[in-house]
Amino acid sequence: MALDEYQKRDFKIIGTRQPRPDGIDKVTGRALYGADITAPGMLYAAMLRAPHAHANIKSIDTSRAEAMSEVKAVVTAADFVQGLGDDTQDVIDACIARDKVLYDGHGVVAIAATSRAAARRALKLIQVEYEVLPHAVEIDDALAAGAPVIQAGRRGNKVPKGYNDNCTNWCEFGHGDLDAGFAKADKIISRSFRTAATHQGYIEPHACLASMGPDGQGDLWCCTQGQYFVRTLCAEIIGMEESRLRVTSSEIGGGFGGKTTVFIEPIALMLSKKAGRPVKMTMSRDEVFKATGPTVSSVTDVRIGMTRDGRITAGEAFLRYQGGAFPCLTIFPGAQSAFAVYDLSAVRTRAVNVMTNRPRQAAYRAPGAPMAIYAVESVVDELCQEFGLDPLEVRLLNAASKGTKSSYGPTFDDIGLLATLKAAKAHPHYTAPLGPNQGRGLSCGFWFNFGGNTSVSLNVNFDGTIGVTEGNPDIGGSRVSISMMAAEELGVPYDKVRTIVADTNSLGHNDVTDGSRVTFAVGLATIKAARAAIGEMCRRAARVWDIDEDAVIWEDGHAKPAGPNAGSHQPMSLAEIARQSPNTGGPISGHHEVNAEGAGVSFGVHLCDLEVDPETGFTTILRYTVFQDAGRAIHPDFVEGQMQGGAAQGIGWALNEEYIYGKDGRLQNAGFLDYRIPVASDLPKIDTVILEIPNPGHPYGVRGVGETSIVPPLAAISNAVSRTIGVRMQELPMSPPKILAAIKSAGN
Amino acid sequence: MQYAAPTTTEEAARLLASNPKAARVLAGGTDLLVQIRAGMIAPDLLVDIKKINGIRDITAEGGGYRIGAAVSGAELGEHAGVVAMWPGVVEAVELIGSTQVQGRCTMAGNLCNASPAADSVPALVAADAVARIVGPRGERNVAVLDIPRGVGKTSLEAGEFITSIYLPKRPDRASDAYLRFIPRTEMDIAVCSAGVSLTLDSKGIITEARVALGAVAPTVLLVSEAAKALIGHKPDDATLAALGKACSDACKPIDDKRGTIEFRRDVVAVLAGRAARIACQRAGGSL
Repeated sequence: MALDEYQKRDFKIIGTRQPRPDGIDKVTGRALYGADITAPGMLYAAMLRAPHAHANIKSIDTSRAEAMSEVKAVVTAADFVQGLGDDTQDVIDACIARDKVLYDGHGVVAIAATSRAAARRALKLIQVEYEVLPHAVEIDDALAAGAPVIQAGRRGNKVPKGYNDNCTNWCEFGHGDLDAGFAKADKIISRSFRTAATHQGYIEPHACLASMGPDGQGDLWCCTQGQYFVRTLCAEIIGMEESRLRVTSSEIGGGFGGKTTVFIEPIALMLSKKAGRPVKMTMSRDEVFKATGPTVSSVTDVRIGMTRDGRITAGEAFLRYQGGAFPCLTIFPGAQSAFAVYDLSAVRTRAVNVMTNRPRQAAYRAPGAPMAIYAVESVVDELCQEFGLDPLEVRLLNAASKGTKSSYGPTFDDIGLLATLKAAKAHPHYTAPLGPNQGRGLSCGFWFNFGGNTSVSLNVNFDGTIGVTEGNPDIGGSRVSISMMAAEELGVPYDKVRTIVADTNSLGHNDVTDGSRVTFAVGLATIKAARAAIGEMCRRAARVWDIDEDAVIWEDGHAKPAGPNAGSHQPMSLAEIARQSPNTGGPISGHHEVNAEGAGVSFGVHLCDLEVDPETGFTTILRYTVFQDAGRAIHPDFVEGQMQGGAAQGIGWALNEEYIYGKDGRLQNAGFLDYRIPVASDLPKIDTVILEIPNPGHPYGVRGVGETSIVPPLAAISNAVSRTIGVRMQELPMSPPKILAAIKSAGN
Repeated sequence: MQYAAPTTTEEAARLLASNPKAARVLAGGTDLLVQIRAGMIAPDLLVDIKKINGIRDITAEGGGYRIGAAVSGAELGEHAGVVAMWPGVVEAVELIGSTQVQGRCTMAGNLCNASPAADSVPALVAADAVARIVGPRGERNVAVLDIPRGVGKTSLEAGEFITSIYLPKRPDRASDAYLRFIPRTEMDIAVCSAGVSLTLDSKGIITEARVALGAVAPTVLLVSEAAKALIGHKPDDATLAALGKACSDACKPIDDKRGTIEFRRDVVAVLAGRAARIACQRAGGSL
């Protein structure tokens, strides 16, 4: 682990609030999103989607659609080669059904036609004969003996005996002697918790333009969190070499993990290949809900023992997640993170993934962690109530810190949990008075964060300005943060730097924008690319001064002689060196390529005050404060935005968001009317407190901040509701009918 | 698809009658255009009624107000006279959609869309509002209560459309209120709702009342037992408990994605009680 990157220093630009370069374009409509890209001769795609949760496809008759003069291509699963690697095969199988429909809304036939209206008309002419099969959309139903097998042959080889063929993945983590730990407890509480599947709710639906040429070269423009993985997946699915396919990412209207896979891009490419014309494919909101990837739903059993003075003696959890009709690895981060905020001598988590007749899950902000930590933090809160202990003091007593062997294995380095807890304790929010029918809840949160493959190029232009080229779509203000880091390192003003997001053929591979990795890893690569450029600029100055290059140092944007022995030369500014560069060796640039390690884990603590209407079960969030360790906040606005955004999404998850299925296994709320994300008036101003405990793995101390913030809201809100109504809530969302039923059950 | 914008009610009725199955009335369009875009309907003819003379006017008439069928929610909400006389109706209309939708949506459209959860309808029924209908056979006046006939169904005949809704005059010490329950704070659809209109005597005793409930049956319910529970009383706890029980007993809700039967029965009683209290306050009574 490269954990010696961080060097303490005074910053000039880092920590200021610079204007974002994409702001004016986005508010004036000049920014180009996925659906804004067009090409001459473009066709419009439409997808026929199955109206069943689970059905064999007996036959498909597209002849009447193909007879329409406006229809230029028809694609089914038969157009794609089979036998790809499991992961890639699952990606294309989730886009378009092979032999069997696996969920309501599963694609069956795609059409490309000369107009959108013609494509829609053509869909109505397609005849598909289905043999409807028994379905299972809930975890318990899919786990039951005799449950319909969603996909045969996918049972995981690590799944223990006693679990049926829908169980695809299994994992276990932990250490210590559980029995001995529980024996030391004064009280043990066991509870079972449920969370509903939630959607990332990004406002921009998936959209792309695919153009395959007769020479086998292709271009794809799409809204994605990562153009490189799109290229890798689509090249394999279509059967072409990666260099033949150039993928360009558009501006992105939200992703939150949901745009880390493909749903329409391979279909559009195949339609374009068959039609010989560019094909535009966009999803409606209804399609986004039905046929993209929400997060997993979960059932989690938790058992925790505590002494009467608040020490946790042992904890164990068993997680059952469903991530749709395919194997799914989200149980791993779930089981790893469940107890990660605590320093425990005895801890064990086990987890199983079960297939259901639902769409294939996609990542959603700290995938797997919110639901696991919700279950653990709920039981810890109940134990605090049991002993009459302050829940914040109990967290302080048990918090993981530097040197703690984490519940998932590694030993923590410098981490910020104690600092965030202390900040919460000292904050006026924690002691503010509460009124009738009001309660306060708190929860800790954790996320691993990620580094990954990263490639950055930095050009010193002849006029002394800087161009940074990076390969990760800007989803949370990364262009401004990266420009700031380049400017800081080079010693030039922020407005001299412009950062752009390159297509796949302009830069080396960059992993997808996920794992809160971009400000950390792309930032790290940018700083090192700047250092490489600085090294070259020092060499150029040395050449001009005719001294040894080791005798030149870089300070405040200037090359200077290292000391009196180097001779007396006037410092040369970056702009001067740039201007002279054609005569000193040509253009100057720096680049850096790395598979970045050392992404520091991130912790947060959320405090929530709310009021429950005892007659209707309606919950009003009154006050909300987020405390989170950012390592180093490059641009505080965007760090605060991530903290507030995660809290807002978590509030929706806790109170109203859920995938609702009918008895027929079909999704009943594929729209924003009945899939209830919070609206602005549902939320108070969410206060933020940024802690800065530098990450040893980054030159400026940066930790990812994008995901941790969605982890604590579930338990913070559930704990507040439970304390307010005097009933321990065990299921999300806590929609008003559930809260009112709980209040009534307590009254009886 | 054809679009027509007639300037007289007669021409509009003729156009609608010429193609009764495939013609649709376009006022604000906040339901119609959404349904077309979603592929739920594919009308051949849209008859835009907004160009008809007077259809966007609010006029004082017989001590009450006649609201043209194309008056938007935002326009209604800015009319001081209607706001003063029928604050419950206005607050109900203002709950339709969002701020943007308020610039287009109309009471008449909300009524003709015939959703059990329509926000303006229980308030209009509590107000004893009357719709004026024009059709191939001329004009008729029908109580708003008698317009909805099921989910998505109205009692309007082929070629007929609503030209205005009449809110009658009120005595002194009379007012109304409307409340709905939604899981959010706006941009949502009623899980259940209650409109209450009442008149007080000089001592604050309720002398007349109408209570209408929404989203607890296929159509709006006018609950006479609920009105009886109020009449002759002040809005004290016992009276409101009786009102709530009458409402819970009268409603015939379903379990669906928006709420359970039990929840709707309980909450509609709460809403009716709270609306009755607000209406009493507005009418000058004390609690």
